[in-house]
Amino acid sequence: MTEKFEVHEHDVLVIGAGGAGLRAAIEALNCGATVGVVCKSLLGKAHTVMAEGGVAASMGNVDPADSWKTHFCDTMRGGKFLNNWRMAQLHALESPERVRELEQWGALFDRTDAGEIMQRAFGGHTFKRLCHVGDRTGLEIIRTLQDRGVHLGFDVYMECTVTRLLKDGDKIAGAFAYWREQGRFVVFKAKAIVIATGGIGKAWKVTSNSWEYTGDGLAVACEAGAELMDMEFVQFHPTGMVWPPGVQGILVTEAVRGEGGILRNRLGERFMEKYDPKRMELSTRDVVARSIYTEVKEGRGTEHGGAYLDISHKPAEYVKRKLPGMFHQFKELADVDITKGPMEVGPTLHYTMGGIRVEAETGAATVPGLFAAGEAAAGMHGANRLGGNSLSDLLVFGKRAGAAAAGHAKNAGALKVEQAHIDDAEREMLAPFERTGEGPYEIHRELQDTLQKLVGIFRNEDDLKEALEKIATLKTRAAKVHVDGSRLFNPGWHLARDLQSMLTAAEAVTRCALARKESRGAHSRIDFPNYDAEWGQKNNIIVKENGEMKLRERPVPQMPEDLKQLFADDK
Amino acid sequence: MAEVVMAVNRGDASGGKTVEYKVPLSPGMVVLDALHYIQGHLSPDFAVRWNCKAGRCGSCSAEVNGKPRLTCKTRMDSLPQDKPITVLPLKAFPVIKDLVTDVSWNYEVNRKIPAFSARPGTNWKMYQKDVDRPQEFRKCIECFLCQNVCHVLRDHGKHAEYGGPRYLVRVAGLEMHPLDGLSRIKGVRNQMGIGLCNITKCCSEVCPEEIHITDNAIIPLKERVVDQFYDPLVWIARKIKGSESGS
Repeated sequence: MTEKFEVHEHDVLVIGAGGAGLRAAIEALNCGATVGVVCKSLLGKAHTVMAEGGVAASMGNVDPADSWKTHFCDTMRGGKFLNNWRMAQLHALESPERVRELEQWGALFDRTDAGEIMQRAFGGHTFKRLCHVGDRTGLEIIRTLQDRGVHLGFDVYMECTVTRLLKDGDKIAGAFAYWREQGRFVVFKAKAIVIATGGIGKAWKVTSNSWEYTGDGLAVACEAGAELMDMEFVQFHPTGMVWPPGVQGILVTEAVRGEGGILRNRLGERFMEKYDPKRMELSTRDVVARSIYTEVKEGRGTEHGGAYLDISHKPAEYVKRKLPGMFHQFKELADVDITKGPMEVGPTLHYTMGGIRVEAETGAATVPGLFAAGEAAAGMHGANRLGGNSLSDLLVFGKRAGAAAAGHAKNAGALKVEQAHIDDAEREMLAPFERTGEGPYEIHRELQDTLQKLVGIFRNEDDLKEALEKIATLKTRAAKVHVDGSRLFNPGWHLARDLQSMLTAAEAVTRCALARKESRGAHSRIDFPNYDAEWGQKNNIIVKENGEMKLRERPVPQMPEDLKQLFADDK
Repeated sequence: MAEVVMAVNRGDASGGKTVEYKVPLSPGMVVLDALHYIQGHLSPDFAVRWNCKAGRCGSCSAEVNGKPRLTCKTRMDSLPQDKPITVLPLKAFPVIKDLVTDVSWNYEVNRKIPAFSARPGTNWKMYQKDVDRPQEFRKCIECFLCQNVCHVLRDHGKHAEYGGPRYLVRVAGLEMHPLDGLSRIKGVRNQMGIGLCNITKCCSEVCPEEIHITDNAIIPLKERVVDQFYDPLVWIARKIKGSESGS
């Protein structure tokens, strides 16, 4: 039936090979499942490799007073209580063990004098909590997981992109994909699928995200009937590079502030005194990003429209040892020696708090056999993520989703994939070669400009409505897009497909942002600048019905009394 | 606006030629920006591999004016602009298309290296002075520039007999891990062919992470091979026991 295509069969198929995908794959293998990992790039190049500052876990190696309860409270407060409390609890409880496990698999974190894993301060964390390796923590984690998985024996399909999930009735049965290299199509049969495809940053112009971050996993899941949640909450990291233009958006790790970096405006004022005098530079990311944006908007920005971030008061050797990546990045790309003078920084789109709605314990989506973990899943971070909580999120929930997917696969009976669905997926991929008309690049640039301008840090109803109209026109144009050349490693063709995912994600973000008539965490409405108690009890949900995106609401799950007590002193 | 001519490889496994494109310059522009300009405005099917564009993932390696570089970290204003800037694919690996090469051989080498295996009964305490050295090796971003310039691979094509600097660095990271309990020295000598390296240090020169590949990884491994296989006392002991030492 599928002779036409290369076919691979696994109990569990993991889509995405960043931290969440690799951790899920390792766990599914541990549970006895056969596992395939499909990734858009080469193994080890996924976005986790760019995580810099650290992984949050209340090990108490530096601040012995730390505990899971404090980590849990910090996470809930940072997320403005829109988080799924159970996910935040599991995360706080389990992250220390997940970090220790990495060490047992060969990871080498920086050390304290007592020989324990070193921990540093970060925004919104009460204690020094981020286990790290200089400013290349993500690299250490992805290498450790990659080598662990390769030696345990999962099959990796590198430079392979999934374009559609295949179902048997309402159950997940596989996926349709293409090899980047030759452009050949491939069918994966699987009893369970874990989506670990990360975020959607490439839909914005100024972003720290790589080309891969186009929301493929969210789009194919939504197409297959899964619910998306909290899509209005996209995180602008306060500190990206702003100059020169070629490097705009590249991440400047929060570890600079964690290690004592100070933010100043053009007038030399330490402006965080105005916005969060208690936590200053180590306030949460939503607050710091808005503060920098406001300083620039009100005319106190730097020459290139940012703020100054200065770490040069620390000894040069210390800066080079703790922030070697930043030292080289600024020296080579911006001709700035950060041991001698300040960096220029401004907000850059960094992370998607929203994603596929999942069950807290298992990462199960609403479609049987479909799971999600890491950035692609929603709930853990609520309205704003704390720095360092992403690496721990992907370890904790990657493991859980991998175990649950393996368990599901064990009990799933025989499944079959419909030839008609495969043929349709093939037709969709080949159509751009047969059309004439405009290519995908200009449409992508216009989408990026639209979201950058109209769905940014500060939002209002008129802008969001305009964005929705623009997205609708771009969708029409993207549906008719033409691709030049052959199927052999053709980036234009790949972008034509990625554009569909980005447009789905962009529409979901804009619809949710328009609906939420309040300001909370990373979602700031100029026309509704305050918290709204009623909206504080609701998560926005996106579902596709008959090809149309529909907006629903769900009540935020209520914390049990013992956990509520932890916040008794909050105002 | 000032313009520069980019001369890039266009073609596939069956052959290629250098094609010139005019690209506008902007302040602080890097070579990868110029390649993206070609892709986004002049030739949409121009194949380039890249990810982070921040020097952290090691995907965008190419030979810029004959020098192996990360294109995301190579500033246009560091290159002479009165003549075309050439960008060619890595020479040590087969071309798939344009600037993209087939680097899958590297992953095969990696698969054969025995993984970290903790010494039994460890208490997991490690001190910074003991992890400094392996941490240097773990900075590797797998850009494969060292593999590309290594003459054993580049000029002699000994991919079947030699693991290349990248994987000697990886083994060094494992061998010098304070808590690792395995020895990979036999494999370093036999499967990875460390003897083929004659210490020309080309690899160390191109490493974007400034890892001292030859001095800190390869030479100490060579010394361990010598200690284990060529020490006369060990040699005699092995003859008597009738087995090869090392694992």
